[in-house]
Amino acid sequence: MDTQTLIRVVVTVLSFVCFVGICVWAYSGRARKGMDEAAKLPFLDDDKPEAGDKQS
Amino acid sequence: MENQATYNYKVVRQFAIMTVVWGIVGMLVGVVIAAQMVWPQLNVGPYFHFGRLRPLHTNAVIFAFGGCGLMATSLYVVQRTCNVRLISDKLAGFVFWGWQAVIVLAAVTLPLGLTSGKEYAELEWPIDILITIVWVAYAVVFFGTIAIRKVKHIYVANWFYGGFILAVALLHIVNSMEMPVSMWKSYSAYAGAVDAMVQWWYGHNAVGFFLTAGFLGMMYYFVPKQAGRPVYSYRLSVVHFWALIFTYMWAGPHHLHYTALPDWTQSLGMVFSLILLAPSWGGMINGIMTLSGAWHKLRTDPILKFLVTALSFYGMSTFEGPMMSIKTVNALSHFTDWTIGHVHSGALGWVAMITIGSIYYLVPRLFNREEMYSVKLVETHFWIATLGTVLYIASMWIAGVTQGLMWRAVNPDGTLTYAFIDAVKASHPYFFIRFLGGFMFLSGMLLMLYNVLRTAFAGRPVNAEIPAVVAHA
Repeated sequence: MDTQTLIRVVVTVLSFVCFVGICVWAYSGRARKGMDEAAKLPFLDDDKPEAGDKQS
Repeated sequence: MENQATYNYKVVRQFAIMTVVWGIVGMLVGVVIAAQMVWPQLNVGPYFHFGRLRPLHTNAVIFAFGGCGLMATSLYVVQRTCNVRLISDKLAGFVFWGWQAVIVLAAVTLPLGLTSGKEYAELEWPIDILITIVWVAYAVVFFGTIAIRKVKHIYVANWFYGGFILAVALLHIVNSMEMPVSMWKSYSAYAGAVDAMVQWWYGHNAVGFFLTAGFLGMMYYFVPKQAGRPVYSYRLSVVHFWALIFTYMWAGPHHLHYTALPDWTQSLGMVFSLILLAPSWGGMINGIMTLSGAWHKLRTDPILKFLVTALSFYGMSTFEGPMMSIKTVNALSHFTDWTIGHVHSGALGWVAMITIGSIYYLVPRLFNREEMYSVKLVETHFWIATLGTVLYIASMWIAGVTQGLMWRAVNPDGTLTYAFIDAVKASHPYFFIRFLGGFMFLSGMLLMLYNVLRTAFAGRPVNAEIPAVVAHA
């Protein structure tokens, strides 16, 4: 197997392992709190038009 | 520093208005070339010939309309979810004017016939360089703002926008490698099958990152905001993001089935296109399910209708795409109008609808109004746009399958049953229906322009105050 092919295989396998790792992490209990916080981000900031009243 | 207590809405306003303007220009050119297909006499002079107007249409709707929409929304979302003003107002202004310059240059050079001939990358090398500079400035503004954020997390919409910005930079630079021979002529650095593969690696990822990831960024902010509830599953959105990133890059070869491209590469492209169905539908379901418990809002809120219909079309075209990438299906569909129908189910149904919904969300906020000048007109726009899209897609399905079947029909002695012109004649009525559908979609955009201008003149341009930093920061 020449080097180029080897690098391709290694990168592909590592990418796949990385993706599986991300999936496991995303659905683990440890990630839950952070994600719940992040999901609320758009709502912590009220962008109703009346809120802003500064002339540009 | 000026105005550190407010958000920079000016650049968002500029991009939002130009989204509507360029949408009308790009779709008007689209309607003109659709009319040229019905009435070939409309191909007048060298400058307004189908061959020159078609790239103008695609560039205008993708990069002018879509691009301005992405920049408007991304610069709004990144400020509002990072709780901080853009890192540089000057650089943001440069991004706006630079991008408009690119669009104007495209509108001048393409009808003049100055093109590098690569689909969706037709612009010649001096414009390619300008695009690169503007894009880097855009990336600096976007990522710089994330870097100075006042909150702990980077909201998922920003991940999608960020992925879109990085991937498009990579695609543009690799595919635009070319050797200039004069001011307005260059040749690609690649040759033969490699050139084709690089082009469609670019072409399909332009779909995957420009027309999908960026607009998913819109979806992940504006759907929850308009529905008034957080995204259905945040963890699914994270998996959705990484799944798209890891798979889209491989799907390009499905544009080159049955060509000189190595057979294994074609099969690889097909397999990855099929895999893409999973993250695409995961994302669509995530968006639609965000409405669970708020379905009743769909009845009264036309902006939500735009957003949810966009998701439905996204689901439809991301089912159709993998199906068409299967080699045996592609043998029928390739080079026919089925492909055009598929592209427009994505472009009109998904990209344009989600953009229109997001712009309707933004405009009142940017001009300090509670809502659009006329919500009724938004509703009318929604129905015209939906009907137009359905007419467009359905007519192209029928025309495309008809063409595919007629081209491959052979007599018992092995000769072709139909001449090419027979398939053209058979398609003619459907070309007219397509023209009608496109015309309806364009009319909706004109209503939108009127509504946006009335809202803008009734209100006044504001820069909203930055709310106090939230507790967990």
